[in-house]
Amino acid sequence: MLRFIIKRVLAALLTLVAIDVITFVMFFAIPSSPAEANCGKNCTPETIARVNHYLGVDRPFMVQFAEFNRGIFLGRDVDGGRVLNGKPVIDHCHIPCLGYSFKTQEQVTDVIGRALPVTTSIVIGAAVLWLVTGVGLGVYSALHRGKFGDKFAIGVSLVGTSMPVYFFALLLLSIFVFSTGLLPYPQYTSIATNPAKWALALILPWIALTFVQAAGYARYSRSQMLETLSEDYIRTARAIGLPARTVHLRHALRAAITPVITLFGLDLGAFLGGVAITETIFGMHGMGWASVQAASDLNLPVIMATVLIASVFVVIMNVIVDVLYAFIDPRVKLS
Amino acid sequence: MTTQSTTAQPYLVVEDLKVRFTTEDGVVRAVDGVSFELPRGRTLGIVGESGSGKSVTSMAVMGLHARGKRTEIAGKILVNGKNIVTMTDEETRKMRGNDMAMVFQDPLSALHPFYTIGRQITTAYKVHHPRASKEDARKRAIEMLDRVGIPEPHRRVDQYPHEFSGGMRQRAMIAMALVNNPALLIADEPTTALDVTVQAQILDLLTDLQKEFNSAIIMITHDLGVISQIADEVLVMYAGRVAEHGSIEQVMRSAQHPYAWGLLESIPSLHGDPEEDLKPIKGNPPSLINVPSGCAFHPRCPYRMMNPGPCDLEVPQLLAISQPGHSVACHLPEDRRVAIYTNEVSEVGVAQ
Repeated sequence: MLRFIIKRVLAALLTLVAIDVITFVMFFAIPSSPAEANCGKNCTPETIARVNHYLGVDRPFMVQFAEFNRGIFLGRDVDGGRVLNGKPVIDHCHIPCLGYSFKTQEQVTDVIGRALPVTTSIVIGAAVLWLVTGVGLGVYSALHRGKFGDKFAIGVSLVGTSMPVYFFALLLLSIFVFSTGLLPYPQYTSIATNPAKWALALILPWIALTFVQAAGYARYSRSQMLETLSEDYIRTARAIGLPARTVHLRHALRAAITPVITLFGLDLGAFLGGVAITETIFGMHGMGWASVQAASDLNLPVIMATVLIASVFVVIMNVIVDVLYAFIDPRVKLS
Repeated sequence: MTTQSTTAQPYLVVEDLKVRFTTEDGVVRAVDGVSFELPRGRTLGIVGESGSGKSVTSMAVMGLHARGKRTEIAGKILVNGKNIVTMTDEETRKMRGNDMAMVFQDPLSALHPFYTIGRQITTAYKVHHPRASKEDARKRAIEMLDRVGIPEPHRRVDQYPHEFSGGMRQRAMIAMALVNNPALLIADEPTTALDVTVQAQILDLLTDLQKEFNSAIIMITHDLGVISQIADEVLVMYAGRVAEHGSIEQVMRSAQHPYAWGLLESIPSLHGDPEEDLKPIKGNPPSLINVPSGCAFHPRCPYRMMNPGPCDLEVPQLLAISQPGHSVACHLPEDRRVAIYTNEVSEVGVAQ
């Protein structure tokens, strides 16, 4: 077991290193000039050169790469080219240093520190909701196959899977905020400051993500459940005289939920990196929003950071799902 | 045949059982008027091709068909005097696993892959013994595993089905079926998924257990070899109806129905000419939605009598013949059937 986990974690680390290299190459090798993009009307080649030096992008690629990664693990001092009282100002960037935002000059970790709680609040809340409603609906449908409830649930989930999240999100906003005023326009408040306000602001993003995601989960768990119900061991469970409820919830659900859990883990990993559309529509300044902003500003350090963090989530959730699978399914051998 | 006076009723009585499923393509007449009786301590073999209604019959006896608009069950199934057909689902559920139990064909897929063997057996025990403690149930599971010949049952009880071999799995399945001492055991092709040596062991085990618990066994199979080893009586089914019913001796040594001859002839013999081809029954089993008119076997029957009838016009009744306990549903006159059997069929190898 331990060996399996260690092996899996090592493989995950290797993946992260590869992602680090590839992202760095991608964003730094493409011909883009953040200096030009940000230097305004009266742009002279001297200004650009100065800004490029200030941003540190005039140095060789390998130096930048080594510097960046050293910063993550050791922190680094950055000479921003500023002079105060005749002395150059050296800024210390703390571990894990992801550089300075080209735009606001603050440490990227501060940008992330603001954005990450917003995204995790949206995603974890929505994930719990969509897992429960999706699986609940799917199991209900499977057990009432062909009846009205099943057809209704399948119809709703068809709408859910085919409706883009931005459309549904705008629909929610226009109904609950603009037309009826039942809810205020979402404004993120930290859960530590005011849990009630936190939840109030997140209701609409949760509903939006839940509707779209639960639809897929309902369809998937319905088909998994139907497949399981036709298995021989379900017939055996009935043949030994177990009540229908036990057969469905203990024996069928136990087997049907396994692949759903895998999907859930992977989805969660992907979503924690940022849900750009939902965040943008509801004015939530999370990871997705931050990366969209950074991309339009050519704010390379922030782009780098959001991509890296998103991939860390995906990789971690992959490891968790693998290990969890071994616990759920005794047939998976850990060696 | 059903002349009972004061004698105790057999444990299982099936009378004119009909099972129909409504599908999009039409009504499937899966079982169409089957009757038989089975006292405790006896084994009834049901033989027939796939789709002959043998599994549907056994599922009906277990009360396992989901009743509703699509499934129609008529007739009588008396288990220990109680009619399964008219019972509520809850009443049959309480009998399932307790009064009657079932062993399935493929033990790997019939056991839950995520639960240990022990847990599955204790579950089966505790459904019908709700007051039994965990330790008692576990002790009972180990005892049953030991009884069906699983070595080191204390260790094996905590293993998963995939850690068992095929034969061991089927033993565990039998242990699970017998954990509540059911008086009726239905074994649906229990040896089909096993290799021949293991097959014999499982059949021996079933025979031993039958002696010990005095249970009635229904053995469903398409393998006449298996039937001849274990059954006291044989029911040959074709297209949802009984073609022939008699003791094992009667059916194996003086079969009277052309379909039964076909089954006997398609068994390879150790004593026959190895160069000679087997004689398969020509054609395919009929669709149960459009069952052939008259005798359902007539399109495949080499001895059919037609133009004019009666084989394609009239459904032959299952009638007793001169030997007591032996009945056949065939329009051929009895002396003709005896003649055909002695001249053409008995020459061909039959499992001894």
